[in-house]
This record gives sequence, structure tokens and C-alpha cells, in this order.
Amino acid sequence: MPKLSPTMEEGQLSRWLKKEGDKVSMGEPLAEIDTDKATMEMQALGNGVLRKILIQDGESAPLGQLIAIIGEPDEDISSLLSQTETAQPAKASTPDKAPTQEETQAAPSPEPRAESKPKDEALAEGPPRDETNAGDSGGKGDKAGSAGGNGTQRARLIVSPLAARMAAESGIDLRSVSGSGPGGRIIKRDVLDLVAGKGPAPATAEDGQRTVVQQSPAEPSAFRDAPVSEMRRTIAKRLVTSLGPIPHFFLTTEIEMDRAAEMRAGINALDPELKISINDIIIKVAAAALRQHPQVNASFQDKVVRYYEHADIGVAVAIEDGLITPIVRSADQKSLSQIASEIRDLSGRARNRKLRPEEFIGATFSVSNLGMFGIDEFTAVINPPEGAILAIGAMAPKPVVRENEIVVRQMMRVTMSCDHRVIDGATGAKFLQTFKKILENPLFLVV
Amino acid sequence: MRKRAPEPSRRQAGDKSVAVIDEEPGEAIDSPSLDQEAVKEAQKERLSGLDRATLIGIYHEMVLVRRFEEKAAEAYSSGKIGGFCHLYIGQEAVAIGAISAIRKDDYALTSYREHAHAIAKGMTPESVMAELYGKAGGCSKGKGGSMHMFDREVNFLGGHGIVAGQIPLATGVAFATKYKGTDQVTLCFFGEAAVNQGAFHESLNMAQLWKLPCIYICENNQYGMGTSLKRAMSFQDIAEKARAYEIAAEFVDGMDVLAVREATQRAVERARKDYLPTLLEVRTYRFMGHSMSDPGNYRTRAEIEQHQERDPIKLFAASLKEEGVLSDAEFKEIEAKVKEQVERAVQFAEDSPLPAAEELFTDVYANPIVPGKRD
Amino acid sequence: MAVVTMREALNQALREEMLRDENVFLMGEEVAAYEGAYKVTKGLLAELGDKRVIDTPITELGFAGLGVGAAMAGLRPIIEFMTFNFSILATDQIINSAAKMLYMSGGQFKVPIVFRGPSGSAFQVSSQHSQAIESWFSYFPGLKVVMPSTPADAKGLLKSAIRDDDPVIFMEQERMYGNKGEVSDDVEFTIPLGVADIKREGTDATIVARSLMVPMALKAADVLEQQGVSCEVIDPRTIRPLDIETILKSVKKTNRVVIAEESHPYFGVSAEIGSQIMERAFDYLDASVRRVSGADVPMPYAKNLEELAIPGVDQIVAAVREVAYLD
Repeated sequence: MPKLSPTMEEGQLSRWLKKEGDKVSMGEPLAEIDTDKATMEMQALGNGVLRKILIQDGESAPLGQLIAIIGEPDEDISSLLSQTETAQPAKASTPDKAPTQEETQAAPSPEPRAESKPKDEALAEGPPRDETNAGDSGGKGDKAGSAGGNGTQRARLIVSPLAARMAAESGIDLRSVSGSGPGGRIIKRDVLDLVAGKGPAPATAEDGQRTVVQQSPAEPSAFRDAPVSEMRRTIAKRLVTSLGPIPHFFLTTEIEMDRAAEMRAGINALDPELKISINDIIIKVAAAALRQHPQVNASFQDKVVRYYEHADIGVAVAIEDGLITPIVRSADQKSLSQIASEIRDLSGRARNRKLRPEEFIGATFSVSNLGMFGIDEFTAVINPPEGAILAIGAMAPKPVVRENEIVVRQMMRVTMSCDHRVIDGATGAKFLQTFKKILENPLFLVV
Repeated sequence: MRKRAPEPSRRQAGDKSVAVIDEEPGEAIDSPSLDQEAVKEAQKERLSGLDRATLIGIYHEMVLVRRFEEKAAEAYSSGKIGGFCHLYIGQEAVAIGAISAIRKDDYALTSYREHAHAIAKGMTPESVMAELYGKAGGCSKGKGGSMHMFDREVNFLGGHGIVAGQIPLATGVAFATKYKGTDQVTLCFFGEAAVNQGAFHESLNMAQLWKLPCIYICENNQYGMGTSLKRAMSFQDIAEKARAYEIAAEFVDGMDVLAVREATQRAVERARKDYLPTLLEVRTYRFMGHSMSDPGNYRTRAEIEQHQERDPIKLFAASLKEEGVLSDAEFKEIEAKVKEQVERAVQFAEDSPLPAAEELFTDVYANPIVPGKRD
Repeated sequence: MAVVTMREALNQALREEMLRDENVFLMGEEVAAYEGAYKVTKGLLAELGDKRVIDTPITELGFAGLGVGAAMAGLRPIIEFMTFNFSILATDQIINSAAKMLYMSGGQFKVPIVFRGPSGSAFQVSSQHSQAIESWFSYFPGLKVVMPSTPADAKGLLKSAIRDDDPVIFMEQERMYGNKGEVSDDVEFTIPLGVADIKREGTDATIVARSLMVPMALKAADVLEQQGVSCEVIDPRTIRPLDIETILKSVKKTNRVVIAEESHPYFGVSAEIGSQIMERAFDYLDASVRRVSGADVPMPYAKNLEELAIPGVDQIVAAVREVAYLD
């Protein structure tokens, strides 16, 4: 069972796309696997024939367990099979007794062949043989390699020992770092640049001077880490003891949505293909407000408070048996139409459980909208390690007082849940103030 | 029984320190006579010139070494001694005869077949046996083993495991004594197979060139491990090779302890007085295998038995008896005393503790350096 | 302080130590009448006499072993190899006798001896006379191995080596005998064995270099400085025992290391240093340890090929740029 998500411990075989006896070739989809988060395609890592399926549709297996054997059509796989029977852990038991890749790969060929290309590869998890293969199996040469990876076979992180240690010490998730070293290796410079808030700087000019290269909006946000002050540490400690691991507090405000609604109608009238929703506007405005209040676009990382440079906004999407939060990366840099089409794509794939891990892991802030369910107002639970989440209620006409007169306006209540370890009441309030101001006057978006 | 006087027959003009063998080139150095009657006569003659205590001392030492090694073989067989164990049985007359001719402050070095030399030089059987046992009480603290016995107290400088390795070392020791102006001499023992090594020739060359008081004693037991001298050396009269370096040389009967002693005495005189080296080719025979793991298939039982008839201890005992030096009762007394000595050595070795684990890292350097430490 | 050549500095060390201790003598091929094949022993015979300064036959195994025996008996020999290429004949005595004597005698017989002479690449003398074999000797516990890179180091370290009670392999570099530098004329001036020297401080990369590679590394550091890279150059000076702590400290500071040597890369000193860095400073490395070594071929005669076989400033610069991710 291959590891298909960072947190995956076991996988359920959703369905086999090949049956026993089918020819398979490198990179071809073999099966769909349900991980803890998504349904992923598992691709073949070698050429041959699918000789034996060991885990049937609907069954689960821990990581590393042998789930099928690919080999030459006439190859003797009995020894591998018998070995599997003894070595195979009970279904969905702990993965540490699963046969290693070496065992499973060494066994199938009892007689050495003259040209022994590694044709016979059991479908056990293991690191790709080299980075080029990892890229190739995904159907494209992925130069960025480490951070990007691709769906079915995530390339391992390439990181210098020093960079790994520095990242660990400052609580940086290496998956959020893009490496500028050879083969995408994450090196000291990359981590330092992140800590300094410069963003990754992959290239160096001829003269040896370092230059900061603007990151691509598709990549996770850069950030800077600031040390946790003693006061901040005490606040964190005290609040945690009073209210769970994340000390939430909530701020609620009511926002007049008439102008936002007008803007939406106006844009969609110009180009119906754009299909901008109110939610898209909310995301856009939240991103803009985060840009002005970086203290809110932050995360408590034990030893440091991490301030993100860009707003990678998670958008909660309800799916059949749960919830997933695909991410609009660098929403602060994207146009409304870009955001709209991205959310459409992401939520569509989320419902079909086709998201890749990097598409739903590592947001800096989230928005949850239950307005379509007619909910007036609610509080959302923070998705750690993010610092805050915005809960959006339904937009509805309400009588309000404007210039001493009662008028009807489209009103919407939003509640922000804040992690008190990083965000204090006033900080959150100021953010919400800005959010409200822009949303009520969307022209600020272009000011 | 020919004596080789150090009388030089060829001198370099104006250089009185050059000693050479006394024959003209082409005239062979006499081989020792193996005629039993002649040997006996000669031994009697030598015997008469020595005091009783010296004779008993030599005999006692020979018996001690023999019994010691028999016991060592037993201990090896029962797994108490590891590694190699090269026995000297049959060759005792060489080490004991030669070392009986030097002073305590003189030096001796030899190869890995050195139990007898070590004991003859004055090391206790206890410290030698304990070394064989790999115990802390061994002469080299259990770090050297059978092949590397050393004792600074008695100037016994080893026990060397590389064939001919000790020959340049002994030459250097002789160099040092001369440099310091002492009259000490150095005995350098080695087997005949070492003569084929470059180290032998390089050393003899320098010893004569620089007039070093080193006595090279080639113990020709006729086999380099399992290869007979005839199969390994194109010209087998080893003493004759000294000519190449104009070094005084003698052939000596290695089964006659007093012959070895006398030849060594002549060499010692030459060395002490004139800082001159000598090469002695001492013909002997090893009764046991090269080491304890020797299959012995390279020589016949009959050959061994033939040599055993001239067992150096038996020969010497016969002379001592015939000349009335020792009575039957006294022979028994010596045997009893030796038995007790050997048992004491074994007991000491058994009782001695194993080297402490810390000893693994000691004695690597005389001035250990803590890297990076400026003093 | 006076500016002298490496050759003169070595000569001073020999002379001063021989005057200081009667038991010190110098022996080797052409050391006396000829005054040294490389003139390191110039004037010593005349001043100290033929008891102390001794020409040998060409018989390296013999006189190396003689030296070890003399050391066991209380003298302090300095054995010169005309070049270390010829020490190969003497390795039995250096390794099996000198290195192990103290240990296998249970601490009874120390061997205070110095084996010295030029080592490493020479000028167009081809395969048998131009090679760096320090890794051989550095392999053996019981030996100490010293490789100076400046006249001052040469003098201070040789004096320490002569005073040391253990066998010391003292490897000079033929190409460096004419190099000049300031040297103390204090007869008590010594440099302790086993202490590395930081020849230049820097922050971005560490270059570990010894012998001939030290001046090359310093030149490389100059070039790199122009390119904005600050290099620290560390000369271990003593290869065994190795002052790894000084190297580790530097690596922990710079996070990148290049080891330059003129010897073959396989199983060499750089491999050992690299391995120790990996074992003890892995988490400080921002790039793989990079080695710059002599070509893995016997030394050729032709000038152009010889130049290709010996690492130079350019290779060191390139290696540093690589570990600093500049290319």
C-alpha cells in the first residue's frame, strides 16, 4: 500500500482499474485508493502483468503492505506469495511488519535473467528509485520536485541536513518550502529566506548576489517566523489551560452586503461565464483584509509565531461523508475571476475526492460558509495550525437604521474564531473592521 | 670444532678495524663435525674449562625451557593459549648457549619462536606463560602474545613476527650502544629462512660498514615453516654469505650447547672490544612443527628421529654424567625443581587477571595527544 | 623573526634540536657529504660531525629498521627519506615495528623517531617519484603524521616531532621547499602536534587543505572573496591525530566544506575527514562534503598531463561554488 498522503496510515482499495492477467506499464493507473482525505489513483511503478491481487475492492491495508504482484507472465511468484502469507500482517494491522520493498522486489525472480531490468516490482511503498523516475511516473518532468510532487507518487523531500534542522527548530513545515538547490534541494538559504520573509530565492545572479524571486501564486505562501515573546508564551499557556488545545474566542459582526451583491450582479452581467458568487467575493475581501492585517494571517508554532506573507485561504466544502478544505493559494494576488474559477474547480474535485494533498493541506486562514443552508450565524472551529476561521451566515434582507431611517438592507452575519495564542481581541476586531469596510464598499478592492 | 679466530686475513690498507673471515676467498669455512665421538670429546674439553655452577645453570635452563614448552603445548591444546604458538623444542642449545655467553645488560632480539630466549635472558617463566595465556600479568601485559615477548629490565627486545624484521632492529640497537659508547653487545637471533630477506643483507652491510657490535645468530633448523632450506636457498652455506660483507663468520653445531656458548663468546669479544659484527650459522633442528597447527607432511618421522638422537639436552646430560658433574639424584632434583617452576608459571598464568578493558587503548602512544589541545 | 624558506626553516629545526639533545642523530641517503638531495641538511655534517649526520647506503628498509632499533635503545633518530616514494620499501619497519612496538611490548618500548622527507607531487618526475601517500601512514595507530604548509609550521612542528616520544612521519613537499615565510629564531619555538591552524577566517564555506593545497586554498579564497564568498581555510597540519574539533567548529559555522588534497581520492585522508564531518556535524551541513583530489591515475610525466593530475586553484573555486550553490 503506497503512501498517498502525508498523514495516511492506511488505505482502502476503492476499486481496481486492472484485473489479474492484465498487462500494465509504468505510470499506468492500477487502482483507486481512498486515503484519509481523498481518492487517489495509484500508478504502476514497473512494466509487466498484474499477476495477483491480494487486497480486493473495498478492503483496507496499512502502508507498506503488499497489495498486488506485478511480474513477467511466466514468472514463478509462489515464493513471494508464500512469503507474503507469512509476512503479511493481518488486514489493517500495524504496518511495521509489512515486507520491505527489498524483500518484495527481490523475491519474484528465482533465476537471474540476462537482462534483469527491474521489470518486476511489487506494489509496496518505498521511495522512488530516483527523482527523475518519480517525476516521470507522474507523466511530466517535475523540476521543482520536492515541494510540488504529483498525485500518486509524492516525491520525497530533498533537503540539506542543516536546512532540515533549521526548519525543525523554527517549526517550518518543509513541504511549504521550495528548494533552490540542485534537484530542488531545500538548503539553508531557502529556510533563512522564509524566516526573513523574503520568500524562496532559487537563483543567484552571476555576480554572486542573491536575488529574491517572486514566488509563483501556485505555491504555498512564504512566511516569516518571529520568536514567541515571554508574554505571548504565558498568554498561550494560560489560555490553553482554560479552553482546550486552541484557545478560541469569537468576534461577530453584521455586514451590509448590498454593494457586494450589486458588484456581483454587475460583473456577471458583463460576462455570465465568470459566474462570480458572493462567496468568491468574500474570499477576495478576506484576502485583501489579511494583507492589511498580517497578524491575523498567522499561526502559533510553539516556539515561534509564524506570519505568512500571502493569504492561502482554505474554503470549507461539504462533501458526502465529511468536509474538506481546498485552498486558494495566494488569494491576495489573484483576481476575482481567478478565485471564482479556482474554487469551482477545487470544490468540484473535492466532491469527487480527487484533490491532491497539497491542494488541501497548508492554508493560512479559512472561510466556512453555511449561508446556503440558511444558517444566520454560527461559530466555526479553527483548522490548526491556522490562526483564525471566518464563519459566514446567510445573506438576508433586514431592516436597519440608516441616517435615522429604517431601511431594508441585505445583511450577513460573520463570526471569526481566533486562536488567542496569536490573535488578541483587538487584533481580530481590527481585521474584522477592515473586512467589513471592504465588503460594504467593494470599491476598496481596487483602491 | 674449528674455531674461527677473529684474525683478519685481508685488511684494507690503513684500516685496522676491518675484521674478516680468516680464509682466503674460495676456501670454505669448516662445517661443524657431526662425528659423535669427536663431538663428545670436544664437549668434554669445553666442560672441563667451566665451573660446576655454570654447567648446572645451563643444564637447568635447558630442561626448564623444554618442560615449559611441553606445558605450553598442553595449554595450547586445551585452548588456554590462542593464536600461534611456535615451539623451540630441539633448538634449546642455541638460545641458552649463546645467551649464557653475554652479560645481563647486553641485548637480545629474536623472531617469534622466542620462549627460550626470553627465559634464558632472564625473564621469569611466570611472565612468559602469563603472556601466552593473554593475561595482565604477562610480560607484555597480554598485548603481545606468543610472538611478542619483551622485558626492558633484562634488555630483551622481543619477539618479532615478521621474518627478518628484528635484524635491522638489532643492528640499530648495536648502533645505539656504540653511539653511546657503551661496551654492550647485541645478540640477534633469526631462522635460516630470514637470510633470504633483504633486511638480512641490508643489515649485515651496514653492521660491517659502520662496525656495529651485533652478533647475528642464524638458527638453521633447516625448514622455513614447511619449506626445506634446499628448496628455498640457492646457496645454502649461510656462514659463507658473510664473506659478501667481510664479516667474521662461523658454522656452529647447534646441538652442542657449549659449542654455541664458545662461538658466541668469541663473537662477543670481537664486538665488545672492536665493535665488530659476527655471523654465526648454528645448525640445529626443530623437533616439533613450525607452529601448533603444523601438519608435518614435509618431512619424515625417520628424519625427525634421526635428529632426536642428538637431542641437545640428552647430549649435554650424557657429558655431565660421564664427567661426573651431576649424579642421578641431582638430575632428578633438577627435574623436580623444574617441574615446580613450570607449575608455578602455569598457576601464575591461570591466576593472573585478564587485561582490563581500558588497556585496549593504552600504550598506543607514549605521548598521547588530545587533538586541538595547545599546551 | 626572519623571512626564510621552508628548506631553511627545516634546516634550523634539525640543527637546533641536534644541538639541544646529544641523542638526536640524522641518517639517510645523501644527508651528510652531499648536504641533502634537497639541501635541507646543508651544513649539518660540518657543524655536527659524522657521528651525528650519517650517509646511508641506498637501503631504506635497513636504515629505517636500524633507526627503530636505535630508538628502542634510547636514541632519537631522524631518518630522512630522500623522498617518501622510497619509504615504501621501509614500510615493514615503519608499520610493523615502529608503530606497534610500544603496544605489543605492553608499554615498555617507546620509539621516538622521526621519518621525514619530501612527499607529494614533484615536477615532472613521473609515477614513481611523484605521489602522496600520507593516507597509508595515517591509517596506523601508533604513528603520528605531520604535513606542514608554511616555513614557520615546518620548523615548529619538526621540533615538536623530534621531541615527541612516538614515531612521527613528517612529510614535507618538494614543491614548497623554496616557499618563504616569517620564522621565529627562538630555539624554544615549537608548534604542538595535533593542532589545526585556521589559515584564514571566513563564514560561507570551509576549505580543509594540507601541505601544497594550503597555498592553493588561500588563493582560491582570494578569488572567491571577489565573488562574494567568504572562505575559512583550515590546515590540520597533523593528519594523525587529527584535530577534527577545529574542523567541525568551522563546518558548524559555515555549513559547507571542501577538502582539498593532492593525493588520490580513494580511501584517503579526505574520505576520513568527510566521514567524521558526516558523523559529527551532519545536521550542520547545507551541502554534501565535496572533495578536490589528485587524479585517480599514476602521475604522468608530460607537463600538460601532470598539471591536469594535480588539483589547482580553479578546481577548489569550482568546488566551493558548488557547495555554496552559486552555479
